[in-house]
Amino acid sequence: MSLIEIRDLHKRFGAVEVLKGIDLDIAAGEVVAIIGKSGSGKSTLLRCMNGLESHEAGSITVGGKVLLQDEEHLRALRLEVGMVFQQFNLFPHLTAGRNVMLSPMVVKGLAEAEAKPIAEKVLARVGLAEKFGSFPDQLSGGQQQRVAIARALAMNPKALLCDEITSALDPELVNEVLAVVKSLAADGMTLAMVTHEMRFARDVCDRVLFMHQGRIHESGRPEDVFASPKTPELQQFLGALS
Amino acid sequence: MIDFTAWDIVRNLLLAARWTVALSLVAFALGGLVGLLVLFARVGRAKPLRWGAVAFIEVFQGTPLLMQLFLVFFGLPLVGVDTPAWFAACLALTLWTAAFLAEIWRGCVESVPKGQWEASASLAMNYLQQMRHVVLPQALRLAVPPTVGFSVQVVKGTALASIIGFVELSKASTMITNASFQPFTVYGAAAAAYFLLCFPLSAWSRRLERTLHVAHRN
Repeated sequence: MSLIEIRDLHKRFGAVEVLKGIDLDIAAGEVVAIIGKSGSGKSTLLRCMNGLESHEAGSITVGGKVLLQDEEHLRALRLEVGMVFQQFNLFPHLTAGRNVMLSPMVVKGLAEAEAKPIAEKVLARVGLAEKFGSFPDQLSGGQQQRVAIARALAMNPKALLCDEITSALDPELVNEVLAVVKSLAADGMTLAMVTHEMRFARDVCDRVLFMHQGRIHESGRPEDVFASPKTPELQQFLGALS
Repeated sequence: MIDFTAWDIVRNLLLAARWTVALSLVAFALGGLVGLLVLFARVGRAKPLRWGAVAFIEVFQGTPLLMQLFLVFFGLPLVGVDTPAWFAACLALTLWTAAFLAEIWRGCVESVPKGQWEASASLAMNYLQQMRHVVLPQALRLAVPPTVGFSVQVVKGTALASIIGFVELSKASTMITNASFQPFTVYGAAAAAYFLLCFPLSAWSRRLERTLHVAHRN
């Protein structure tokens, strides 16, 4: 059974329909890249999977539970599905360690003594054990994004959504973040990532979805999608990149 | 006729200034508390509360403090509430302060980036947890300098309480002037007293703005 099941998902912002019927299954442990032009609806799709955007029609099911729009269901969903953002969104008034410990303590009710080892473990996981006491503005962009990944991991999610997590980084910092994502993928984490890193998508992902005008226009294994795109839209998109 | 020495004038003004200070402290402390409640109503999700808060803020920001004092002072007795001048002054100044502080603080809460709400939501926090642990700590840092700055307005605002007969610095100045016939000396001394109360506050506010800005994370 799929970990995430999306059926006929529709979403509009005012008069603009940004998702026009999305069907998508993501199996546990699967790594899915979502590519497409800006405005194609790829970020919106990802944000719907975490309930940051509501949807008008269709359904999202995570781990067999249907996502309803009320606060209780949303929070239950977010315990299962973590999210990492383009702009990191670390809490600037808290140290890296406290950023990671906050939600386990506040949401799960862990004591400080229980949350601290978890924070140390996930920060070590992203290679930042020694930055526990640093504030976000003392870290590079790449380090901030790795702390953000650690913060999501500390909640022990079943899946992680990554919304263009390297797009705000200087080029030389992209690889350290992608290396972390790659190691998560190797460990069997379920990942859905909106990305412009085509090489990474080709090397690491199990499946690539190409979104165009609010629909999944083409999808398949990365070697097929990148080597022999079927639709003219995907050919054009990939052509513009190379 | 009694002869007023300069010391007599200063001594009486200083005695009256105690009431200016007391009224300012009461208005600021209670106004802060009420303002916090109005703030929560204003930025919260319940629509009726939000509208109520907007109406409260607009009414108190959109009418002169003097009219608010008159309405409390003359209005409450109409509904059978015994209203001495000190009570009317405290109540009107408290509500007026609350409206302005709530609006100042709303700006601070709303200037916390949307990404902070989204990140904390994605970590399964509920609204109160987001506010308590993520948004308010950041808003507080922004709020301190303008809040201290606004306290200057409260101190000066207390002068209007003289008109409903509350004997603070301004009312005492008028009374001493009427007895001493030295308006320039008396009002000059009163203005100096106000300045001595207000200047440290505005200087402190500017200082906070600098230091908090330097320490501002991210």
